[in-house]
Amino acid sequence: MSMVLDVFVGNTTIMDMDIYQLWLDGLTVREAVKARMDQGALLECEANAEVLMSDTMDQFRTFQLCERLLHSPTKLANQLLFQIPSQHQRMLIEKYYEFDSVFAREVLGKKLSKGTKKDLDDISSKTGITLKSCRRQFDNFKRVFKVVEDLKGPLVENIQHHFLLTDTQARDYAAIVFFANSRFETGKRKLQYLSFQDFAYCASQLIQYWTTGAVGELHLYSMVEDMDVDLEKEFLHELKDLKVLVNDKNMLDQHKVLVCAALRGKIKVYRLMEANFKNLSRALINLASKLTHTKDVRDLFIDLVEKVIEPCRCDRWTLGEVTLFLTQYTNAAHGLGTFSRQVVWDRYMGVIRSCILRMYHE
Amino acid sequence: MPGKLKAKIVAGRHLPVMDRASDLTDAFVEVKFGNTTFKTDVFPKSLNPQWNSEWFKFEVDDEDLQDEPLQITVLDHDTYSANDAIGKVYIDIDPLLCSEAATRICGWFPIYDTIHGIRGEINVLVKVDLFNDLNSFRQSSCGVKFFCTTSIPRCYRAALVHGFVEELVVNEDPEYQWIDRIRTPRASNEARQRLISLMSGELQRKIGLKVLEMGGNAVVGYLQCFDLEGESGLVVRAIGTASPNTNTHSNTAPASNACNSPSKDSKETLPSSSPPPFSPSKPCSRQSSSSDTDLSLTPKMGKTSPPPHAPHPEFPFFTLTCFPPGFLVHVGGVVSARSVKLLDRIHNPDEPETRDAWWEEIRQEIKSHAKALGCHAVVGYSESTSICEEVCILSASGTAAMLNPRFMREGCLDDASPPSCGFCHIPYDEFNMPFPAQLTYCYRCRRQKVPDVLFTTIDLPAEAAVTGKGCLIQARLCRTKKKAQGEVNATAISNLLPFMEYELHTQLMNKLKLRSMNALFGLRIQISVGENMLLGLASATGVYLSALPAPGGIQVAGKTPSDLNYDQHIATMQKRINDTITKNKELYNIHPPESTEELVGSPIPDRQRSRLFRSTSESSDELLELDLSHGKKDAFVLERGSVTMSINMFVSSGFYSCNTEVMPGIYNWTSGLQMFTSVRVYRLSNANLTNQGLNKIFTELCENLLKSLYFKLRSMIPCCLCHVNFTVAVPEEELIQMGAVRLNCVCVCGCVFVCLFVSGSGENEDQLQFSMELCADSTPSNNQPTSKPSERCSPLPEGRSRSLRSTRSMPCGAPVAVVKMTPLSFLPGTRIVKYLGIINMFFIRETTSLREEGGVSGFLHCFIAEVFAMVRAHVAALGGNAVVSYSMKECVFMENPNKNQAQCLINVSGDAVIFVRESEQEATPPLMSSGQISSTGADGTT
Repeated sequence: MSMVLDVFVGNTTIMDMDIYQLWLDGLTVREAVKARMDQGALLECEANAEVLMSDTMDQFRTFQLCERLLHSPTKLANQLLFQIPSQHQRMLIEKYYEFDSVFAREVLGKKLSKGTKKDLDDISSKTGITLKSCRRQFDNFKRVFKVVEDLKGPLVENIQHHFLLTDTQARDYAAIVFFANSRFETGKRKLQYLSFQDFAYCASQLIQYWTTGAVGELHLYSMVEDMDVDLEKEFLHELKDLKVLVNDKNMLDQHKVLVCAALRGKIKVYRLMEANFKNLSRALINLASKLTHTKDVRDLFIDLVEKVIEPCRCDRWTLGEVTLFLTQYTNAAHGLGTFSRQVVWDRYMGVIRSCILRMYHE
Repeated sequence: MPGKLKAKIVAGRHLPVMDRASDLTDAFVEVKFGNTTFKTDVFPKSLNPQWNSEWFKFEVDDEDLQDEPLQITVLDHDTYSANDAIGKVYIDIDPLLCSEAATRICGWFPIYDTIHGIRGEINVLVKVDLFNDLNSFRQSSCGVKFFCTTSIPRCYRAALVHGFVEELVVNEDPEYQWIDRIRTPRASNEARQRLISLMSGELQRKIGLKVLEMGGNAVVGYLQCFDLEGESGLVVRAIGTASPNTNTHSNTAPASNACNSPSKDSKETLPSSSPPPFSPSKPCSRQSSSSDTDLSLTPKMGKTSPPPHAPHPEFPFFTLTCFPPGFLVHVGGVVSARSVKLLDRIHNPDEPETRDAWWEEIRQEIKSHAKALGCHAVVGYSESTSICEEVCILSASGTAAMLNPRFMREGCLDDASPPSCGFCHIPYDEFNMPFPAQLTYCYRCRRQKVPDVLFTTIDLPAEAAVTGKGCLIQARLCRTKKKAQGEVNATAISNLLPFMEYELHTQLMNKLKLRSMNALFGLRIQISVGENMLLGLASATGVYLSALPAPGGIQVAGKTPSDLNYDQHIATMQKRINDTITKNKELYNIHPPESTEELVGSPIPDRQRSRLFRSTSESSDELLELDLSHGKKDAFVLERGSVTMSINMFVSSGFYSCNTEVMPGIYNWTSGLQMFTSVRVYRLSNANLTNQGLNKIFTELCENLLKSLYFKLRSMIPCCLCHVNFTVAVPEEELIQMGAVRLNCVCVCGCVFVCLFVSGSGENEDQLQFSMELCADSTPSNNQPTSKPSERCSPLPEGRSRSLRSTRSMPCGAPVAVVKMTPLSFLPGTRIVKYLGIINMFFIRETTSLREEGGVSGFLHCFIAEVFAMVRAHVAALGGNAVVSYSMKECVFMENPNKNQAQCLINVSGDAVIFVRESEQEATPPLMSSGQISSTGADGTT
């Protein structure tokens, strides 16, 4: 005797969020049953393995039928096929679009193309996340990317609007879209120590201050295409003007004096700082002036690590010292009478400072 | 002449991509009624077309309005080749024909295709203008209301109950016409869907005519069935209870019903409907195929006077299972009749006469059984069939009862409520009993005699006094039979039937005693026939009626008392039984007052054997009846095998189940509810084909299904499964072809409803609140987007977060309104304020890519979800927010895995209603007003 067909359908669709998680994790029905047994599901309601199996299959089937709807979450609210309470709908969407940051870290900055998708099994074996789950996460990235790509208006809001995600999730997705669009280099060995959250933070800074959409209220309503995805060209051009800070010998010296005056006695690595000031300043300014080239934009993070973070780390600066230094370094430029690019300077240093601080792991 | 139907196609959404090149669709819509068709313009290149069409107007007879559905077809325009159909929507406009029900149909309908399932949605607006027609020779019966509910609908009053109406129409099954060989499966499915829709429309109209003739204006307990007889035809039959003269009440605004008559007095007459037998007809047009069995159950009355039902001579049948207090005087017991017929012996399959005759025979049989029990009426009456190739078992069952004659004559009574034990008292003569039974004096009033055990098909009367809680009791049985043809087969089945009935009865009795209970309600015995086996499944809700004596214990007797070991074995078994009984008493909280006085009033009962009460009719076919209304008093002798079976019953804490409307002994319901359908199909291997093996397997299947249900619903604990409705079928073997292995397939289809109740303990408080919350979301007034702005918003330091806050609301339009579905006739914690009309839908789904759709389970899962979706959409379009008395009448599943094909037919019915939550009632008038205004407005125009 064998069961050929076993179906359970409720008027209100019953969904067990624990099983949903197992399904999202890419487990097979058999694995899921085992996982549930391990969690002690058999103790409830005098269940036996058969009952558990049947229940798991039913749930998996329900999720599969729902998956199509989850691809465009806005449909979930006005589709007629499943009657799902709204709080469950929200949960379904949130969990479906949740991703493992380990996985996201791997894909970050890569082109969301078929080619990358083929490499997913490598990522899967590397991260220990099932291939099925990797595919789902990858497809989610790609789907969000595709939808948002051609839309006008602020990125995070667009994502939220079309995928009904939470604020945090929308921000993370914005970071992924932003990285995939600009193809920032994140895969180098020297960058391996950075987590997805580090990059996501940097991305949010870049989106917030360096893109076209960042300029002000006026621009918010002009709905420029790609306003949050591309860095503002004009701004990048203006960055060239910062070169004066290192090219003009006077200015460089004066800058150093001001910073040293402010930091004397406040940091332990004062001497090293004093010795290294010119190198550091040069690195930061050169970075700025090169950003008009796409290639250099991509290398932004590796440059920051190689030119700024690593030297400081070698000298055993603490995070507090880096913070103090960067603050004073930024502020001191205002004291340079001949320096006229204050606005650009702040816009540049504000982001760079936050990124470095985030990326500086002692 | 007398009606104008108007339809407007507003928009579509989520359409499928029909043009691969552009990933878009050029959709247009055809609107068809009768022979008239209108088309909208093509809305090019969109998956969300906005047609905003003009009003398409159809001028039609009201006869057609009743029979025909409005047929809406969505197509993809193709310049070079034929237009591709996307899918269809059939809208039954019957609810619009009643001035009191819905006034317009308006909303999103799933676009359904029999091959692809739901493909997008379409927004439609339908209205009907009826002109008054006083023609007394009319063929239509507009205005007669139909209710599936087997009690008097809660916002009506039954003035009078007229009695039984039945009707049956026959047609050739399109699936078996020659043309089916050359047309596509889609065309064939659509022909079938359309035909059944037409036939049920016609059936309803004809029953309506009968009701009007009887002076009634409503049918309650309307039960419609399909018999797919295969070659010999397709039969649609229906029974119901006619009720007259409700108009007094119907004129008052529904609002007033809702508000000021919390005590529903019954004013409507109940139409008792009997399922008309399906007669196979070959080429008959639908007009010719109606049957008219005149059973003289209810005399056809002139329209004027309320029919002077002298109840005693007339044996009215009632399909109702729930009655106004005082309606039932005494209940005799279950009466049933079965008959085995050969479909290929019908002389004139096109005509309904033969089948009418069959059913009439059975009803006469039931009538005489009821008479034997000293009763003049049969309540809780239902009819069913089971067909396997050319053999058909017709079954009917009901509960013999004495009714209060005043009800039959002048309707509602305002008597003081009757004694709570009245219905238990025997209706028959103590000294001339139709069967041996133990009589004692009633344990409550001590004046009248009561039987020791009572079996009925009705719901527990509200006034009945019950000790402890009730529970679901099932008897399951398999009998193998030889594969045979024609007459031999029919005889073999006929010979087996009495034994099956007897054994089912014995099982029920044993299980009842094991649980220390003494009455069964809602008894439903289903016998289904397969090629080489018969299946019997009896379900009922057991209770301990305080008025009846405590059941005796069970004693085990061995066959060979000489053997010492054996004696020991018997002794342990006896002990186990006794323990179980004690445990069950605890579990169901049955603590009857110690019956020390038993000796006082009643003669000490002598042992008696429960007897099978059987009659054989003269015809070659056999009718038999089992009287289940009695049992023996103290001891029961069990065979060993059955003991273990019945002892090892499965009990899950926190769960209660019953197959009646309400769980006896539990009164604190919350409004959280969940209706569900579960279908299982098993394949049996040849090796198990012995009676015992099969019995074991069958029992396991049922128990496992219940266990699974409990497990799935564990999050709702404490929880009660009400109206659990098991259906079994043994599909024909050819449908599952697996080489040489012979297979059988058992389909258990439960339609179960869950209700939360809160017991006194504090632990359950959460549950209560949770369910209330759920309910709050589901109020129909919900126009705001379902998702509230997320509270989870993390406060953002930056200015740009401002604009993010409100964006999580659903962007496109209002969310879908929640529609509740329940097999009960009410929704706990709510009041039904309006009945919008009957929902009766039939769907076929077929696939030729079974594996791709997730196998049989994936296919059926999706189909059932689609059926639910379509029911909900229709209810919502009528302005309703719930379906009550919902049932899945038919679920026929066929597959051919080798060809990667499967087909499924589903028939569902129920009553669309508007409900408001009781706590909201004071606040609701504004909420309801929109509905009311529109309804009164429409009343004016009609």
